[in-house]
Amino acid sequence: MSLDKATVASIANLARIKVPDDRLEAMVGDLNAILGFVEQLDEVDTSGVEPLASVTGHTLPQREDAVTDGGYQARVTANAPESAHGFFVVPKVVE
Amino acid sequence: MTDLLDLSLAEAKAKLAAKDISSTELTKAYIARMEATSALNAYITTTPDKALQMAEQADARLAKGEGGALEGIPLAIKDLFCTEGVPTTAASHILDGFIPPYESTVTTNLWNAGAVLLGKTNLDEFAMGSSNVTSYYGPVENPWRSTDEPDKKRVPGGSSGGSAAVVAARSALAATGTDTGGSIRQPASFSGIVGIKPTYGRCSRWGIVAFASSLDQAGPMARTVEDASILLQTMAGHDPKDSTSAGEPMADLSAALDQGVRGMRIGVPAEYKVEGLPEEISKVWQQGIDWLKAEGAEIVDISLPHTKYALATYYIIAPAEASSNLARYDGVRYGLRVDGDSLAEMYANTRAEGFGDEVQRRVLIGTYVLSAGYYDAYYLKAQKVRALLRRDFDQAFETVDAILTPTAPSDAFAIGENEDDPVKMYLQDVFTVPASLAGLPGISVPAGLSARGLPMGLQVLGRMFDEGSVVRVGRALERAADFSAVPAMVREG
Amino acid sequence: MTEPYRIQGETGEWEVVLGLEVHAQVISQAKLFSGSSTKFGSEANTQVSLVDAAMPGMLPVINRECVEQAVRTGLALKAQINLRSVFDRKNYFYADLPQGYQISQYKDPIVGEGVLLLDLPDGSTKSVGIERLHLEQDAGKSLHDQHPQKTYIDLNRSGVALMEIVSKPDLSSPEEAGLYVKKLRSILRYVGTCDGNMQEGSMRADVNVSVRKPGDPLGTRCEIKNMNSVRFIHQAIEYEARRQIEILESGGKIDQETRLFDTGRGETRSMRSKEDAHDYRYFPDPDLLPLVLDQARVDALGADLPELPDVKKARFIADFGLSPYDAAILVEERATADWYEKLAKGRDPKIAANWLISELFGALNKAGKDLVDSPVSADALGGLVDLIGDGTISGRIAKEVFAEMFETGKSAGEIVEEKGLRQVSDTGAIEGIIDEVLAENADKVEQYRGGKDKLFGFFVGQTMKKSQGKANPGMVNELLRKKLDG
Repeated sequence: MSLDKATVASIANLARIKVPDDRLEAMVGDLNAILGFVEQLDEVDTSGVEPLASVTGHTLPQREDAVTDGGYQARVTANAPESAHGFFVVPKVVE
Repeated sequence: MTDLLDLSLAEAKAKLAAKDISSTELTKAYIARMEATSALNAYITTTPDKALQMAEQADARLAKGEGGALEGIPLAIKDLFCTEGVPTTAASHILDGFIPPYESTVTTNLWNAGAVLLGKTNLDEFAMGSSNVTSYYGPVENPWRSTDEPDKKRVPGGSSGGSAAVVAARSALAATGTDTGGSIRQPASFSGIVGIKPTYGRCSRWGIVAFASSLDQAGPMARTVEDASILLQTMAGHDPKDSTSAGEPMADLSAALDQGVRGMRIGVPAEYKVEGLPEEISKVWQQGIDWLKAEGAEIVDISLPHTKYALATYYIIAPAEASSNLARYDGVRYGLRVDGDSLAEMYANTRAEGFGDEVQRRVLIGTYVLSAGYYDAYYLKAQKVRALLRRDFDQAFETVDAILTPTAPSDAFAIGENEDDPVKMYLQDVFTVPASLAGLPGISVPAGLSARGLPMGLQVLGRMFDEGSVVRVGRALERAADFSAVPAMVREG
Repeated sequence: MTEPYRIQGETGEWEVVLGLEVHAQVISQAKLFSGSSTKFGSEANTQVSLVDAAMPGMLPVINRECVEQAVRTGLALKAQINLRSVFDRKNYFYADLPQGYQISQYKDPIVGEGVLLLDLPDGSTKSVGIERLHLEQDAGKSLHDQHPQKTYIDLNRSGVALMEIVSKPDLSSPEEAGLYVKKLRSILRYVGTCDGNMQEGSMRADVNVSVRKPGDPLGTRCEIKNMNSVRFIHQAIEYEARRQIEILESGGKIDQETRLFDTGRGETRSMRSKEDAHDYRYFPDPDLLPLVLDQARVDALGADLPELPDVKKARFIADFGLSPYDAAILVEERATADWYEKLAKGRDPKIAANWLISELFGALNKAGKDLVDSPVSADALGGLVDLIGDGTISGRIAKEVFAEMFETGKSAGEIVEEKGLRQVSDTGAIEGIIDEVLAENADKVEQYRGGKDKLFGFFVGQTMKKSQGKANPGMVNELLRKKLDG
């Protein structure tokens, strides 16, 4: 499997990273080198093998249903690049 | 070189308790040393005022005969741990200006035990790298220089390169690191120090900037096995805020340390004798085998047949998890924002400018291997091979108590080397990644110097939750190696 | 069975195939993976923890109650409970999705296949398959109308637990889709796992719509997102089915896509262009381990479930002799069923049902009130039914008394006494009134006796009127006959 420019551009769009045209070529090369490397896994026979879900073998711990957090609007928005009236603010979203 | 800086953590702890020295004196010595070694670029943020304040409080407690396990001990913290009120960057431009309103569980444990924060250490951006060159804040210089090219600056390894460098340069008594595929052990090997990657789940991940959640594990970096053990004892512990945190009790490491290896069965895996492994690395490995044998351990040849697929497995799973973990850096709630006409453009601009090349590569690879039509071929396949890798270890540990391998396939290379091809850099993790994928505990202990005078480490791996055996074997190696070399810059003061 | 729903197109009749995905907000104190409150309507970002805001290094820990709520719901839908389930990340970027992914369940949901019975208007039922139920996080809220160039983000709702309940494509008319939502809402409210408040958005439905000629294979479907009323669901399906038929009949083909129902215009429109089609890159959330339940815990949750609407309905039919239609109405809300049972206790259950359904529901409807706000309690209505039963008042007077009860909140007995509405059953008194009536209408008595039988009704009416409706109508009839036909 070898990626072309169009595929890399669409992956970049999916990952919301702008890759300018002049950098696309180099990125295609790098990604293909990595993919070429990882494709050696094709050699491994994994028939009948369950994927590893947890190295510890533990299952999900569950907490009690109690309100123990929140109630600190200022703390939550303190690092925001833009905020107003306790809201985070972003460029207008048009649906 | 002042005497204070020569003290190990264990020695400093004893002298503080005996009131032979004060934390303020000790901390001042380290602050001065931090300044003197600032050219290494090992710290992103230093907190001398906070350090002195904490030292003063520690002294007050010590004066009353109180104090925790690390009372008054000045530490450096990898800048991947969120520290309340202290900038936390993950060495990324995208976290510009981020000041966490919370403290990670591991660092909370350290402060509760009385430790003192010297500053936040440099690392590969989001811990993605093996040489600390991907940091937005610039590369870290290894305090060690080679004898053949003394003018060349060398990498300290990565991603915990800053932490390794400050411990080696004596600009911190010890440090925290994180290890995803070798990020504690490999820099420890390159910098001539001790680093432990505990069992996955041993140290809480809460408040540590995530790289690959199923692999990330915090651990100590220190000058001796004993120091690292003391630090780990405090860092570890079950945390209900981390669903993957383990409740299994950990051995009293200080007690386990000097039990010796007599009667232990030590595995030597055939598959780690990789093609092209430098002669010196093979030699130091053999030396390690001989030392342990001399100490009364039984050496057992073992096979870990899927070893050669570990790196490929890792470079699917880690980027996949990272691509998702790093989705939250979108310029909305914290960090860098680069404007755009629409929300989508704002995201794409922010993430293009905020993430460096290696991070972008990994996010894109991770996005690709999870995308529709490729999930089964890459991610699912990798998780199955991961199960096989784990099975290899489980079978080996039916006959051995610990496994001995080299930590890294080379000594410290020069800054700028191995950068032409991302895959070349990935090969640095060949010996550390298998245990990461399996979740096992491991330690790197300095075992000797290469011909060009650079440190080389040996790695000891143990069973799940058996850090006791890991430090026990590590300590035996340390005693046998009697590694006392220090970088010229330390020797010269 | 009712007539199948068909749409007449230019090329013949079409049928619709519908499947619903209902998002139901789980009733719990705290969020699915964080300890912040789920309360509705608080100030922006006040119910947000560092986890909900996706601060670096923050980790999810699951709320046991949300898990149990999903199990309860699954049991109520007679569904397979999966003792091992997995949480996955659904990756996409959106301003109100702070993590850049939603924690959801994809391949291994907590609840598998189940079934839901629709109560059709003709009293019959239809079985609709449930495909699965899974737990997931709700998103935050984007406010687009606060600023001309900006969108404001409030994360209060971010991380609240949702159950996504997916039906099989077993529904075949807008009415059935509406009945499905109503029945599901009823079940959720019975077991207390969702308040079903569609206006506040705690229950929202996505509808998959496709059309085909009867007997043809399934057509391509479109998904209409996020509808919050049964009325809109009806309208949207009708519009969307017609739109698809028009395209197909003019030789076009349906694009599988997500559409939005514009409630103002009454039409659906495409939400996202194909280029931007989502590739969610699901994978197991490495911050969470497999969720494992033990059968004993599931059994205990099952044992604690209340009597569910279908069982209650069957019991009302069997024990009280109600029609399936009336029984279905009474069991829709647990509170209504309880109310009814209190009313019916020791009384004629059919008369009780009648009074509740025709009189009280009618009055409440007119007043725009719910049963919980009813000015007439079950005991009070029971008192009225008792007065009819023991002959104290007639049915006709009872309606008058009921109106007064509804107005004033007074008891039936009080009103009857105050207004002297007690039925007169005293022969002497009624005879007295009859005598007066006959005396006043001597000419009509003459005519009646001359063969004009129809006038009998006139005499009854006059007698009742003179008694102000209080005379026992049976006795009036009997005594009048005696006197006139003597």
